[in-house]
Amino acid sequence: MVNYIWVLMFIIGFVYAALTGKMEAVNQAIFKSAEEGVTLCLGLVFILIFWLGMMKIAEEAGLLRVLSRWFKPLLKRLFPDVPENHPAMGYILSNTVANVFGLGNAATPLGIKAMEQLKKLNGNRPVASRSMITLLALNTSGFTLIPTTVIAIRMKYGAASPTDIVGVTILSTACTTIAALIIDRLFYYRRKRKGG
Amino acid sequence: MTWLQTLSVWMIPAVIAIVFVAGTLKRVPTYEAFVEGGKEGFQMAVSIMPYLVGMLVSIGVFRASGAMDALVNLIKPFFSAIGIPAEVVPLALIRPLSGNGALGMMSNILATYGPDSFIGRLASTLQGTTDTTFYIITVYFGAVGIKKIGDSLKIGLLADLVGFICCIVIVTLVFG
Repeated sequence: MVNYIWVLMFIIGFVYAALTGKMEAVNQAIFKSAEEGVTLCLGLVFILIFWLGMMKIAEEAGLLRVLSRWFKPLLKRLFPDVPENHPAMGYILSNTVANVFGLGNAATPLGIKAMEQLKKLNGNRPVASRSMITLLALNTSGFTLIPTTVIAIRMKYGAASPTDIVGVTILSTACTTIAALIIDRLFYYRRKRKGG
Repeated sequence: MTWLQTLSVWMIPAVIAIVFVAGTLKRVPTYEAFVEGGKEGFQMAVSIMPYLVGMLVSIGVFRASGAMDALVNLIKPFFSAIGIPAEVVPLALIRPLSGNGALGMMSNILATYGPDSFIGRLASTLQGTTDTTFYIITVYFGAVGIKKIGDSLKIGLLADLVGFICCIVIVTLVFG
């Protein structure tokens, strides 16, 4: 899907430029954009180094474990099919905490581990169980407290106060996550009504 | 809504202070742990570079040819009728498909309209509001061999739509 969109944007641009005689501008855009991709990444290096460094300290200090404990009562309710002391619950908890702190790369392997355990709980069938769908809803709605990369890019383009969007982002992503969980429940009830 | 802006300013320094205090109390070798984590951060930045270069070239051509403006002008009457700036619609469409692609599009919007413009803030918030639905479903279910994904995609995309609407409403209320 991304492949098509990627190619399509270029081809539409190419054809449009051919029709309107803007090929010179397109030519410039190719090289300028490629260069911008590199400078943009270099602009991200400092914040990624700093933030992941901080999070490593947090991890070794056991802060993530403490937070997992706080989230547990809530997550028990969201995943009623998962036994409380099953390893799946542990992975779900750490996946959620990693997401909340904007550690996407750390969250992914934990999420996959959680999926493996949930698959075992579901008799190893290649079918998504209720808990798996809930875990996906939780991950795709992407609740996060600190949008690090966004802040870095805003800084790069000279925002007066690059972090001024943090508050609205938290509010907006919280609404989205709540909505995702409600939608997930509604679909679950619909499935239950249909299939018993 | 000033409390929201106060929260924005306090959030990051407070988290850092908590991490430092907790790390020191737990006798973590803070500086060494920081360096170790920082190396991962460097690798991460390098690994997203090809994604950004690729996506920015395509978007750059699309915009420079004038096709982007034509598209935005075409859909503008419809979206502005319901209070949505047409300029962020392409970003909302690519967000569930590719996280780094959306990052490229967001930075293109910031470069064009400025990070402190309403559209720039809306784009920044939109980027942080949801995650890449298709990518997450592919990776999580692909890794453990789930063939029947049930309602997952529907739920993810519906939530993305809700997120887009929430984002517009909230950003309009605070910065509009």
